[in-house]
Amino acid sequence: MKHTLVARVQDQPGVLNRVASLFRRRAFNIESLTVGGSEAPDFSRMTIVVDTARAPAHLVAANLRKLVPVAEVTDVTHLPTVDRDLALIRVRCEPGTRGEIANLVEIFRSRIVDVAPDSVIVEITGDLEKVNGLVELLRPRGILEMVRTGKVAMVRGTAAAPGETG
Amino acid sequence: MILTGAQILWECLVKEGVTTVFGYPGGAILPAYDAMLDYPSIRHVLVRHEQGAAHMADGYARASGRVGVAVATSGPGATNLTTGIATAMLDSIPTVFITGQVSSLLLGSDAFQETDVTGITLPITKHNALVTDVTTLARTLREAFHIARSGRPGPVLVDICKDVQQARTEFEWPAAPPPLNGHEPSPPRAADLTRAAELVAGAKRPLILAGAGVIRSGASDLLREFAEKTDTPVASTLLGLGGFPASHPLALGMMGMHGEAFVNQAIQRADLLLAFGMRFDDRVTGNLKTYAPEAKKVHVEIDPSEIGKNVAVDVQIAADLRAALAGLLPLLSEKRHPDWRREIDAGRAETHARDILHQPDGGRLFAAHVINDLWEATGGGAVVVTDVGQHQMWEAQYYHHEKPRTLITSGGLGTMGFALPAAIGAKMARPEAEVWVIAGDGGFQMTQCELATLQQEKLDIKIAVVNNGFLGMVRQWQEFFYARRYAATPMLSPDFVVLASAYGIPARRVNRRADVVPAVEAARNTPGPALIEFRVEQEDVVYPMVPSGADLHAMIRRPAEAVVEAQEAQA
Repeated sequence: MKHTLVARVQDQPGVLNRVASLFRRRAFNIESLTVGGSEAPDFSRMTIVVDTARAPAHLVAANLRKLVPVAEVTDVTHLPTVDRDLALIRVRCEPGTRGEIANLVEIFRSRIVDVAPDSVIVEITGDLEKVNGLVELLRPRGILEMVRTGKVAMVRGTAAAPGETG
Repeated sequence: MILTGAQILWECLVKEGVTTVFGYPGGAILPAYDAMLDYPSIRHVLVRHEQGAAHMADGYARASGRVGVAVATSGPGATNLTTGIATAMLDSIPTVFITGQVSSLLLGSDAFQETDVTGITLPITKHNALVTDVTTLARTLREAFHIARSGRPGPVLVDICKDVQQARTEFEWPAAPPPLNGHEPSPPRAADLTRAAELVAGAKRPLILAGAGVIRSGASDLLREFAEKTDTPVASTLLGLGGFPASHPLALGMMGMHGEAFVNQAIQRADLLLAFGMRFDDRVTGNLKTYAPEAKKVHVEIDPSEIGKNVAVDVQIAADLRAALAGLLPLLSEKRHPDWRREIDAGRAETHARDILHQPDGGRLFAAHVINDLWEATGGGAVVVTDVGQHQMWEAQYYHHEKPRTLITSGGLGTMGFALPAAIGAKMARPEAEVWVIAGDGGFQMTQCELATLQQEKLDIKIAVVNNGFLGMVRQWQEFFYARRYAATPMLSPDFVVLASAYGIPARRVNRRADVVPAVEAARNTPGPALIEFRVEQEDVVYPMVPSGADLHAMIRRPAEAVVEAQEAQA
C-alpha cells in the first residue's frame, strides 16, 4: 500500500540528504518525494509517498521524526486532503491535430503552454488519477517528453471541501 | 567576550562538564590543540590510534553515564574514528566527536586530508554538523551535547573547519539547550499503563526482558520493585546485564543466542513478556515467526521507531523506562506464581547439571573456568570490559553482575578491539573502580597499541587475555555450519608476556586451573596495570547456541558426555 507522509523540516543544508539516506539505509521504498517552501520562512515541507509493503508507515514516520531537522511528520493517507501533481507533457502534434488535443486539454481543465510546428507542451495540475488519465489519452499520439513533480498534499480544513473537482 | 573558535570549543566543553577528552592531533585540528593548553581543567589523553579514542569516549560514557568526548583531525583521523562511532551508535552511547576539517574555503576541493566526514558519518551518528561559520559554533556544540544525552542517547559528531577554529567572535553560551521539537520523550500515557497493569494482573507465566534501557534510565531499583511485587522472573539482554542483580532469586541471566536453555525456554513458554528498554534484536529473538508464541507483549521503549519493528506488541509505551515503571508500580497488586517459578527452576537445575563447571576437566583449562574464578576472586565487584567473541559470551554467562554499569561490552556492532581502549575510558570515568579487561587473542591484537596509552596515563587496569589460538567464535561457526573447514581462523599471536613487558607492564602466563586464582590475586596486588595470558582449551564451544535465524527453543547444547569422552580419548 502507498502512504503519504507530510514532513515539516528545518530549511538547512543537507536535510534532503538526511531523509534520502534514512530511506536508503532502512530499505524504505520512496514512490515520490517533493520538497519546497512552506508558510514559515525557516521550514520546508516534504510530501513523501512511500510503499509500505516492507515497513509500516508508522515506523517510517517514527524514523523520520528521529532526524533532528525534522520538526513534524503527519501520515495524511487516511485524512481528507487536497492532492496535487503537476505535469508538463510534450506531445507530438501536427498542425491538423492541434484541435483534438486542445479539446482534450480543455476537458481536463489543463492548458497548452507552448506550441511548436510538430509538438505542444501541455501543463496539467490535478490529483494523480486525473494526471494519469490525460497521460493515457495523450500517449497514443506520441509523448515526446514528460516531467512530473510528484504528489504534494495538504489536509483539508475541517469545515471546508468546497466543490473541488481536482 | 571575543574568542577564537578554538577557545569557544574548549569553553563549551568545560561548561558541559567535560573533564577528559581522548584524542590525536593533526593539521586541521591544530588550532584547537593549541588553545587546549590554556584550559588546564581538561585532561587530554593522547591515544595511539583514533579508533582507540572513540572506544575510550564510549567506555567513559558507559561506565559513568556522562557524555564521552573524542577529538581527531580531518581525513584519516576522522575515518579512523568511524568504527568507534558506529559502535556507540548501535548501543546508544552518549558521545560527542569533534573533528577538524579543512578550511571552509577549501571544502569540496579534495584538499589535503579532506574527507566528507559528515557524509561518511551520517548513518552512524544520531546527528552531525559541519561548522563553517564561527558564530554558529557555540550553539552547535550546545545542541550536540543535548542531542547526545537526550531521549535515546547516541553519538553526535561536530566537524569544525580550520578557519572557524581561527576566526574570532563574541562568545555566547546558550543558557538552556536549544529546544528540539518532537525529540524529547513523551510521558507514558495513563491508558497504556492501565492496559499493561491489567495484563500483568491476568498473567500466569509473566517474564521481564530487561535491556540496556534499565541501566540508561537508572531504573534498576524500580525494576527490582516491579519484579518482587509481581513475582516476575527477569531475563536480561547482553547489554542489560547488571541492571538486575544476578544473585537475586528472580534473576535468570542472559537470553538469546547464547542464553541458557532454561531462559529461552521460559521465553517460549511465557504468557506475558514485559520488554523493558530493549529492542528485540535478532540475537535475542531467533526466528521471529516462532518467537514467544503464547505471550502477550508489553513493550516499554524510549525510541518509538523500535516499537513494532521486529515483534508485534499488544501494549506499547513509548517513554523513558523509569517514568513508565514509576507510573506502573502503583497500579500493580502483589502476585505470586509458584508453579511458573517451579517450572523455571527445574530448567535451571537441569542447565546447572550440564554446566562445564560441573564436569570433569581432565586437567585442562577452559575459558569458563578462568571467568568463573576471576568472578570469585574479584568478589563479583569489578567493572569488566570485554572484547567480542567467545570470551564475551562466557563472561556474560559466568561473571555474575550485581550492579549497573559493571559490564561494558560492544553488543549491537560486535566490535573486536573494543575492550582495551573502552577499559581505559571506563577507568578514567571511575578511578575508584576495579577494572578488568577480558579479551581474546584476536580482538586484543586489534587495538593492543593502546597498551602505551594505558602506561602513559598510569592507569590501574588488569588485563586477562583469553588465548585459544583461534578466532574462536568464527571457528565455532565453522565447526557447526561449515564442516569444520577452519578458513583463516587459526591465529598466531605474539608472546603476550613479552609484549606487555615491552610496555613496562608486568605479565604472566597461566596454563593450569590451579594457577588462575593466584595469578588473579597477584595481578590485583600489583600496583598499576598487569596482564595475564590464559592459555585455554583451543576448540571449546560456547553452549548453548541458537543458530542464526533458528527457533529460540532449538538450541545446540553442550553434550553432557563430550568432556568425559575427550578425557578418555586423551588417556
